[in-house]
Amino acid sequence: MMLPLLLLIPFVGGLLCWQYELVRPNTALPRWIALATMVLLLVLALWQWVTGDYAISTVGSEPDWQSQFRIPWISFFGISFHLALDGLSLIMITLTGLLGILAVVCSWKEIDHRIGFFHLNLMWVIGGVVGVFLAVDLFLFFFFWEMMLVPMYFLIALWGHESEGRSPVSAAIKFFIYTQASGLLMLVSILGLVFFHYAQTGVLTFDYTVLRDTPITGTMAWVLMLGFFIAFAVKLPIVPLHGWLPDAHAQAPTAGSVDLAGILLKTAAYGLLRFALPLFPDTSQAFAPVAMGLGLVGIFYGAVLAFSQTDIKRLIACSSISHMGFVLIGIYAGTQLALQGVILQMVAHAFSAAGLFMISGQLYERLHTRDMRKMGGLFGRLGALPGFALAFVMASLGMPGTGNFIGEFLILFGAFDVAPWVVVVASFGLVLSAVYSLILMHRVYWGPPKAETTIARLDRREYLMLLGTLVLLIALGFYPQLVLDVSQGAMNEVRHWFAVSSSFAG
Amino acid sequence: MNMTLSHLIALLPLVIVCVTVIVVMLGIAWRRHHFVSATITTVGLNLALLSLLAVLPLAPIRVTPILLIDHYALLYMALMLIAALAATTLAHAYLEGFDDQKEEYYLLLGCSVLGGMTLVASDHLLSLFFGLELLSVPLYGMAAYAYRTRPSLESGIKYMVLSAAASAFLLFGMALLYAESGSLSFSALGASLYGDSAHQSWLSMGIGMMVIAMAFKLSLVPFHLWTADVYEGAPAPVSAFLATVSKVAVFALLMRLFMTAPVTGLASLHVVVSIIAFLSMLVGNLMALRQDNIKRLLGYSSIAHLGYLLTVVVASDDMALLTTGVYLITYVATTLATFGVVALISSPWRGSDVASLKYYRGLFWRRPYLAAVMTVMMLSLAGIPMTAGFIGKFYVIATGVEAGLWWLVAGVIIGSALGLYYYLRVMVMLYLHDDDPGGEQRYDAANDWVQRAGGIMVILLALAVLALGIYPQPMLQLVDAATMAVG
Repeated sequence: MMLPLLLLIPFVGGLLCWQYELVRPNTALPRWIALATMVLLLVLALWQWVTGDYAISTVGSEPDWQSQFRIPWISFFGISFHLALDGLSLIMITLTGLLGILAVVCSWKEIDHRIGFFHLNLMWVIGGVVGVFLAVDLFLFFFFWEMMLVPMYFLIALWGHESEGRSPVSAAIKFFIYTQASGLLMLVSILGLVFFHYAQTGVLTFDYTVLRDTPITGTMAWVLMLGFFIAFAVKLPIVPLHGWLPDAHAQAPTAGSVDLAGILLKTAAYGLLRFALPLFPDTSQAFAPVAMGLGLVGIFYGAVLAFSQTDIKRLIACSSISHMGFVLIGIYAGTQLALQGVILQMVAHAFSAAGLFMISGQLYERLHTRDMRKMGGLFGRLGALPGFALAFVMASLGMPGTGNFIGEFLILFGAFDVAPWVVVVASFGLVLSAVYSLILMHRVYWGPPKAETTIARLDRREYLMLLGTLVLLIALGFYPQLVLDVSQGAMNEVRHWFAVSSSFAG
Repeated sequence: MNMTLSHLIALLPLVIVCVTVIVVMLGIAWRRHHFVSATITTVGLNLALLSLLAVLPLAPIRVTPILLIDHYALLYMALMLIAALAATTLAHAYLEGFDDQKEEYYLLLGCSVLGGMTLVASDHLLSLFFGLELLSVPLYGMAAYAYRTRPSLESGIKYMVLSAAASAFLLFGMALLYAESGSLSFSALGASLYGDSAHQSWLSMGIGMMVIAMAFKLSLVPFHLWTADVYEGAPAPVSAFLATVSKVAVFALLMRLFMTAPVTGLASLHVVVSIIAFLSMLVGNLMALRQDNIKRLLGYSSIAHLGYLLTVVVASDDMALLTTGVYLITYVATTLATFGVVALISSPWRGSDVASLKYYRGLFWRRPYLAAVMTVMMLSLAGIPMTAGFIGKFYVIATGVEAGLWWLVAGVIIGSALGLYYYLRVMVMLYLHDDDPGGEQRYDAANDWVQRAGGIMVILLALAVLALGIYPQPMLQLVDAATMAVG
């Protein structure tokens, strides 16, 4: 019963926020409701964390779910409402809860109109994401995958900022069309897989564990695998399909950016790990060089793109493209070490990107601009904020002692056996990330001050939220085992599926 | 053929609607009263709906050689009666403020429903023509009902001219088929086809012309030119009726024709229908992109939706029948509620409908629930999960994938991506802040819209769309049971 509860909490919390606003407009209570909802979600996830056993076990035909929930839904079409939780989903859900709290707290002052409706959307995005992380019925997965777009669309369109004269509505529409159209490709692939399985076995089902055993090869496997890959590639994003990301990030409100970078991008990596690889191991193996190549392109292109931005949020957004390139390489390397690195990189990037987005949100609240050319020399004028900024920038460029270092290191180390040249080239990407990270520091905080007026210091809420994020990031850097212990079972399984196929091929 | 009691019972739904029409007519002749006419119509349609239950155990039954009352027919009769009831409810609210004769509207509506019911039960060319004309002719009058406003009159005349052209095509096609096959019943059409290739060109020309006529009625590209003008000009409840009842009837018939008549097995015909479907998806969506009038926008979007649905005609397998039912049910519910919102907002005002998008700006902050209904409908039209529209689109894609119609599947995906743009535009408009309060005249629904029949109907439809989107199992079982025995 735990799993449907995890799913329901955000949806119900969101509805409460909205209904309360309808009854009594202009109160701050919806913020507290939303905060309580997120805390509850996090507590439940941590409870699973503490009580579960996520050690490596032998890989059987049924994945090693910690808990499951299954009721027939559209049994007419072989669709069931099937939720399941393993180490991978648990890490993702805990991360969702943490970032949910950050998103609520960081919009405490930024959002001052239609508070209830804002939190309705925020909570529903999070509910959709939790659904994505729990669903193991392909139809249900697609259901949540598409469903979370709608509230995200509203967050960007209604509470977004203008950027260079473009309205947030167009950025939101771009985001929606990119992800929805690619999502439909995935739907076609899902249906193709289901009918293929039906033709072979006579069983009509959308269940992940059953479909995983479909012996599918040849052109059909390629087409279906690409359908999944493209859908995830848009969301991750991978370079030729990244067009929506800088706009959506730049124009979203801070909470939207935090969620977008922190968890929405991660749903794509999760999808690759959970679905694309185990469902199509042979073709994924054959596709791996291409995917890694795309990852390399992403690392460098994202870095160069980030370097040339003048809008601070666009810069951070483009740096995510670069970081996700590492994730892609790690996933398709497929060794245990690299996969564990992917998990760590995702968690660490979620925190570092969230920290940077929160800081740029705070700068915007104070300076009313995100243009770095109008900043400069802020180091002495803002109290503790530049110090935090420095710490998050260091994390983002992969400084040892932060989780990002461990993540990138494990990915590169784990992938070296499989693709040494890719690793060598990717390592140079780290240099570029140092360049754009430092230029961010340099443009915003160093140099002569542009003005002498006083700027409000961080208040207690802002201070605590940045401090909390930073503590988590450093804890991850010094004791990554905390996360790695939980993910090892699930990653072992992904590696197993991937490796079994390569032994066939070889 | 002997008429037994069971034949009469099987005809009961048609008879009840007939009687309703006559009673309404006599009532008008005796004394005009808007509320009474509307009530009689509502009661009559409800009785007809109930009588379907009485027919259910008898089906399938052939009544006279031209009508086949089977589960398939009953399903679509029920769907059309429900849609007609909704349209009546909307019309009642709408006509309240109409300063001309109001009562004849119900007369026309009843006749048109009768035509639709005949059409879905027909498996003979005679009843096909009879039903199609009975469905369409009253629609001319309904579209031009507010004939003192220019757009309404124009839309009525436009629809009449194009419908007449379509009927000419239909008759010519039927004549060709009759000349070649010597029979008018669906199952015998083209039965000689496989034996003799000399007949093939005449047969394919005949069936081609019939398909053209139906493409006119379904407003498929390239026979779609009337759609936007008629949708825009006709009063909102009429557009709702036109977009649901007439489309359901003609599509159900087209599907039955393709499932039962051997002549539709021609490969070239399937190619032509595929092209029509693909073009409809693209053109409908492209034309809708830049519309600022919501009724025109819905007109173009209906072209695209019927294009999607045409995929199932190309597939013509068992799953196609199921998909047709599912898609039509979801589409009818969504379309009715969308036009319902437009009608509710237009009802308290004289003159043309309030259809320009700018009047919908900021509706959410004035009428949150009405705007929420509209939001759900836009999402449903766009096919987003949690709404009925998604289930419909899911089934269309599933049918396409199963039958290996990759081009059409690609068309559905491209069309959906295009469609998102304008559905989202309408949707976000509801939430944007009103820049200029009090500048222009503000149109709005009546304050007590929730307590009126139209408002209740719209809310119920929205709940139904959500319920079908979240738990479609009962609908799927119903449609499956209804379509099992066809073909």
